[in-house]
Amino acid sequence: MLFSEYLEFIQSDKLGPNGQIKASTAEPTAVIGASLSRIDGPLKTTGSARYASDHNFPGMVYAVPVGATVASGKIRSIDTSTSEKMPGVVAILHHGNFDPVFRNASGGRNSEQRPPFEDEVVYYWGQYVALAVAETFAQAQAAAAAVKISYAPDAFNVSTNLSDPMPAIGASEGPRVLSHRGDPEGVFTSAPVKIDYTYTTPAETHNPMEMHATVAIWDGKKYTLYESSQGVMNHATVMYQVLGVPRENVEVISRFIGSGFGGKLFPWPHSALAAVASRRLNRPVKLTLSRKMMFANVGHRPRTQQRMRLGATPEGKLLSLCQDYRNHTSINDDIRENCGEATPFLYSTANLQVSSALVRRNVGTPTPMRGPGAVPGLFALESAMDELAIKLNMDPVALRLGLDTLTDEEKNKPFSSRHLKECLQVGSEKFGWSKRTLGVGSMRKGDLILGWGVAAASWSAGRGVAEASVSLRADGSARVSSGTQDPGTGTYTVVAQIVSDKTGIPVRKIQSVLGSSSLPPGPTSGGSTATATVIPAVAEAAVNAIKITLTAATTTKGSPFLGKQVKDLAMSSGRIHLKNQSPESGIPFEEILKLGNIASADGQGKTGGYGSDTDGKNFSSHSFGAQFVEVEWDPGICRLRVSRVVSVVDAGRIINAKTARNQMAGAIVMGIGMGLLEQTTYDSRNGHPINDNFADYVVPTSADHPEIDIHFLDIPDPMIGEYGARGLGEIGLAGIAPAITAAVYHATGVRVRNLPVRIEDLITANVAV
Amino acid sequence: MDSFTFTRSTTVDQAVQLAAKSLTAQQGAQVRFVAGGTTLVDLMKLNVERPREIVDINSLPLDRVEPSPAGGLILGALARNSDVAHNAAVIRDYPVLSQALLSGASPQLRNMATTAGNLLQRTRCVYFRDTAHACNKREPGTGCSAITGHNRMLAVLGTSKDCIATNPSDQNVALTALEATIQIQGPKNKRSIPIHDFYLVPGSTPHIENVLRPGEIITSVTLPPPVAGTNSTYLKLRDRAAYEFALASAAIVMKVSGGRIQHIRVALGGVGTKPWRSFEAEKVLEGHAPDRALFQRAAEAALKDARPQSENAFKVELSRRCIVRALTMSTKSA
Repeated sequence: MLFSEYLEFIQSDKLGPNGQIKASTAEPTAVIGASLSRIDGPLKTTGSARYASDHNFPGMVYAVPVGATVASGKIRSIDTSTSEKMPGVVAILHHGNFDPVFRNASGGRNSEQRPPFEDEVVYYWGQYVALAVAETFAQAQAAAAAVKISYAPDAFNVSTNLSDPMPAIGASEGPRVLSHRGDPEGVFTSAPVKIDYTYTTPAETHNPMEMHATVAIWDGKKYTLYESSQGVMNHATVMYQVLGVPRENVEVISRFIGSGFGGKLFPWPHSALAAVASRRLNRPVKLTLSRKMMFANVGHRPRTQQRMRLGATPEGKLLSLCQDYRNHTSINDDIRENCGEATPFLYSTANLQVSSALVRRNVGTPTPMRGPGAVPGLFALESAMDELAIKLNMDPVALRLGLDTLTDEEKNKPFSSRHLKECLQVGSEKFGWSKRTLGVGSMRKGDLILGWGVAAASWSAGRGVAEASVSLRADGSARVSSGTQDPGTGTYTVVAQIVSDKTGIPVRKIQSVLGSSSLPPGPTSGGSTATATVIPAVAEAAVNAIKITLTAATTTKGSPFLGKQVKDLAMSSGRIHLKNQSPESGIPFEEILKLGNIASADGQGKTGGYGSDTDGKNFSSHSFGAQFVEVEWDPGICRLRVSRVVSVVDAGRIINAKTARNQMAGAIVMGIGMGLLEQTTYDSRNGHPINDNFADYVVPTSADHPEIDIHFLDIPDPMIGEYGARGLGEIGLAGIAPAITAAVYHATGVRVRNLPVRIEDLITANVAV
Repeated sequence: MDSFTFTRSTTVDQAVQLAAKSLTAQQGAQVRFVAGGTTLVDLMKLNVERPREIVDINSLPLDRVEPSPAGGLILGALARNSDVAHNAAVIRDYPVLSQALLSGASPQLRNMATTAGNLLQRTRCVYFRDTAHACNKREPGTGCSAITGHNRMLAVLGTSKDCIATNPSDQNVALTALEATIQIQGPKNKRSIPIHDFYLVPGSTPHIENVLRPGEIITSVTLPPPVAGTNSTYLKLRDRAAYEFALASAAIVMKVSGGRIQHIRVALGGVGTKPWRSFEAEKVLEGHAPDRALFQRAAEAALKDARPQSENAFKVELSRRCIVRALTMSTKSA
């Protein structure tokens, strides 16, 4: 999905906009930007946080799906005679005996448009074709393994070569032109310096620690779904339609999430399977995916193939830039990986084209994975920039600095806040870039060869609509709630910090309540937009709760402020006081509430979508960054490791330095996985994602964790919202892979254009041992 | 996973008797011993192993590491990998074994896994582990999915037209270089087998991986007395820095005296269908002055018979480099 489509999606709940978000001129209190531990940390480290599959109920049964063992075809027969007689088995469900599941046509976003068990057709290996339900998990697993299915297989395609024949760019059924200015083809043809290479990134599988799971309860009227979801509101919106019940009859609860990386943004078919089974059997149903199913059934980052053509002058002026890319998608769903997300505006050039095509494969439906589009797109763009710098014999940092621009040349608007130049400069300084020597294999550290590489990073900034509620309570505490969720990023803590900033109540006395669709509608945790989206609503709700308290202070008998004007009062440090006097001169807010016999002062707040700002429409908002990577190369044994990363990020104001660093460090390690290790391999003979386990799908371990230096510019974005915070979920991953391959080239002389970098690629490197 | 009976035995004789009724001690065994369970339980969950009876041997008195009368070391079958790796005598006299153990798996797994369990570790070939695919090792006669499939991790030495599965162990490579002997007790007798003869190459019977017969249990592994003046090294190469099976590894036991190599044992991991003793490399090295050119000739000899598959040709060169580096390391520490 294109980011613009995502923004549209998160703004699609037509919540009445609360008018413009005004940039605040006031400096927030010290709690903003503080390095605070997560308030939910103790619950997680002591094992008392309950994740979706930790929920158990009397009478609960276990459901285990059966996956297809062909990539395409029709189910000829399903033999359940053995499995049905096995101990503890309650039901074996499949397309022949399942209850209706519907498509969602009235808002919300689903992952697979095709309802599970809709018919006998199989479109990819692992597609759910039956569901075994039994009294225990082991019984359900055994029964699932005993279901015998025969197929009439059809031809299928899981090829990694995406060069399928198709009409010309721009023609009907041909690649779509997503961006175009000037005369990119003509100017490229006559450019004095040309780069023309094709880069590929493999399918990658989201592998959060916590597997997807649904615990479904049907009470005769209403469904309660315990999910691992990055978007409880959207999940409920989709599921009420999928299940064919009124909206208020579905509640989705996701209090703790063992991360998602985008894989848990939208519902997957197992949720409907569990819910329908719970109604059918009138018993709570628990369905937990196996790690194996994570590779087939719940999305992946699709494979991309990107031809990059850069035309330049010998001095490093970018005359033209063409990115013609393809990505694979599933048979039934059109998922466009937006590889050109950053291309139109990252560097100044008068002639540009981005085109995009979808190539169908018999694989599960792809879905956004951390930095969708931009991350693989920047691998191609930034690799091509590095190759251009080498061809021009220019320093790659200098080349980028020379192409910096403060205008979005695609939209012809100024950036609300762009500091790519500072990122590159600060990063160079911290990394020691000036000590880099140019020659391949020219830098040594003992017996090892060092390689240094750099890449720019970018990720869109956005804000959706949200509501939040803040209560100031007579016991001196506060409560903040919103129907968003904390996928492990720190949202619980961040919303508490906002309330603390407004009220002066310490964070430890603020209860954050998230993760239920019954709360005031909050944002999906995706696209690095949740923080920017939820903050204004929380801030407004806090201000409104304060107003109620101040009003009580002026009207309650016995209040020292009885008869004063609300406008002359303020709340800070948790105390009500005269605006022109210190907080110490006033009294704790809870004294006012107690005097007035008020249990809590409840304020509501709303965030309008980014499109609701008249000012915002005049600017282009993005986050930026610079990634510097050092690799150590031991050619004698062909061993390559990332040893050092310096990451400088311009993501607006940082709300919580600790959780922000945590997000960045995790993303950087994920980038090492993308650069050196990760790829989902589909067996060409049957479409099975064959490396569907953690021994064969290799991700970085702690031992692969390099020295990481993260620096935030911490410059508030005046257009994104009151605090100027843009969000940090994805930017840390952007630019890491191309910085790695640039460093690999510097060390080995091998340019890897097809990720990941493998020993196979490097074993032919001709660097002296 | 299928239902099974679970029996805990307290004596070796009892365990042997319980297992003797199994028709085979190889793939498809009806009775299986469980110790650490780090391989068996996984394979049962995957329906690759479907024993009807599990005999828990964790209570058997086989967990000691003690000197042998001949001056070597006896590793009890149930000695945990962590305990062996950190045993003072192992670190002093057989560092290659400690290094190999510590390069394998994770601390949690090493705390569970046992010496004999590691000896019997099964291959990580994805087709062996997934019942949706044909596999001669899992179900004899069904064919090999790996030869025409995803075979990057698989073997280049000792393969056959029926199987190219790699023996994934690190420990067993070190034990091979150390010329360990495996003590076995069966229903009728006890026997002692040199590790090199314990494992079988797949040939046309890849489901038969070693010489164990029904009821036989490994009681201990004996290391011969350390050869005075030797260095030993284990070097493991893989995609990431930890917790991954070897693409190529080498265990070297070497003694240099008077400027010449006087005792040399070379074993390879990650490339063979069994822990691979390279007599060819040893022959090139024995009696010669250690230098880089010699090491390269030894590495060439070791991989002379390699038969790479569609995805793993790089392992031949990687294994050569591994051998050269491990030999060089063994020389340096002398």
